Amino acid sequence: MTSYGRGLRGLSVATIATITVALALVFFYAPLDANQGFIQKIFYIHVPLAIVALCGFVVGGLLAIAHLRTGDRKWDLRSYVAIHMALIFGVGGLITGSIWAKASWGHWWVWSDPTLVSFLIVMLLFATYQPLRFSIEDPERQARYASVFAIVAGAFVPLNFIAVRMAQGVVHPRVLTLTGGRLPGSMGLTFAVSLLGIALLYATLWNYEIAAKRARMQLRRLRRAALGDDAAGALGRSAAPS
Amino acid sequence: MRATFAVLAKDLRLELRTFETLPAMVLFSLSTFVIFHFALGRSAVGGQLAAGILTVTLLFAALLGAGRLFVAEREQGGFDAFLLAPVDRTSLLAAKAAAMFLFLALLEVVAVPAFGVLLLGPALGPRLPGLIAVLALADLALAVIGTLVSAIAIHTRARDMISPIIGLPLLLPALIATARAAAPVLSVHGSGAPPGKWLLILALYDVVFALIAYAVFDFLLED
Repeated sequence: MTSYGRGLRGLSVATIATITVALALVFFYAPLDANQGFIQKIFYIHVPLAIVALCGFVVGGLLAIAHLRTGDRKWDLRSYVAIHMALIFGVGGLITGSIWAKASWGHWWVWSDPTLVSFLIVMLLFATYQPLRFSIEDPERQARYASVFAIVAGAFVPLNFIAVRMAQGVVHPRVLTLTGGRLPGSMGLTFAVSLLGIALLYATLWNYEIAAKRARMQLRRLRRAALGDDAAGALGRSAAPS
Repeated sequence: MRATFAVLAKDLRLELRTFETLPAMVLFSLSTFVIFHFALGRSAVGGQLAAGILTVTLLFAALLGAGRLFVAEREQGGFDAFLLAPVDRTSLLAAKAAAMFLFLALLEVVAVPAFGVLLLGPALGPRLPGLIAVLALADLALAVIGTLVSAIAIHTRARDMISPIIGLPLLLPALIATARAAAPVLSVHGSGAPPGKWLLILALYDVVFALIAYAVFDFLLED
């Protein structure tokens, strides 16, 4: 008897609580930005989304390494869900970033900013993850090739940021430098709580999807065992591990 | 090592007998120069624009060549034969990347002078040494990533589409570095040396991806 989604309730509650606190801090505690005013508040959503998405891509690559080393397909499922979720968070990051750029720089898209451009390139690369999986029929080979792709692409993330950053000037507010940045304490606290909230949201959704996929697989297995092969129905073609 | 040379010699002999890949890459590049002439409405270009045209043309020609790289192995059962042979699997990667590098170098022997005649404003002669340095490093990146992406795509159903959509974003940093490094070399106002910063990035990119390709290539062959 496997239990699905163990610990999911606690994680969900923690996520909701943290995001609520983060939003309260964003709107009632953090000071208004002197130059940008109210629109700067999107920073507390946009930057965490982008950071969590990038970390999700790299984590997907690390899980893929575990898959290739052990040959256990559960790691492929984890890697798939990590990248899948990171893609969704990344699209969110791109959209919120675009809104912020329009409001503070006057354009929806700014080529002169290296962070924006490298993020777009990373998104373009990872957007090919699903088509790649989709076009390989053999599930075992699909898992293996997807892992190879995830490792290459995960290593590509930092390298790409170095290359693009060197190619262009700096327009993006550089608030998270190693030298400490220039965020005042109240903004820094709000940002840290927001980042934690979004990261928890990512972890929760990741767990939910894993639980759902594992439950579906188990259901298929049981149906097949109890009612015969026909009852399980043909597997629809899917990019997800099955 | 011997296996690498054997596969490389096989690939070169195959190309010499069929003339399938290299002439197509050359013709593709020449047509692209003509297309750029009309698309941009310019008869002579220099500097960043020239570097961009040359880089983009070579990039697309390389993707064209990479798409053919493993076709013989797939169609004639070469993968199975290779897996049966008691040799290191990465020797296939090394051989294919070397073949790709040679194809690109031979392509450039024709395409770069043609570019000089057709589109480049400033004289090509004094700019050749700098350009060769940049292109050698760029070819290495194109060869390594082209081989890796081609090996990933060869067993997929939509391989003609998969290899460019994966290859283009993966090669973007190399493209940036190549275009930036070649720009001062092709400048209208006298030829400068290629900036060391970009050559360094290109070299770093080559090394990192060669190592990654070496690490993961085994898993693309298992069956």
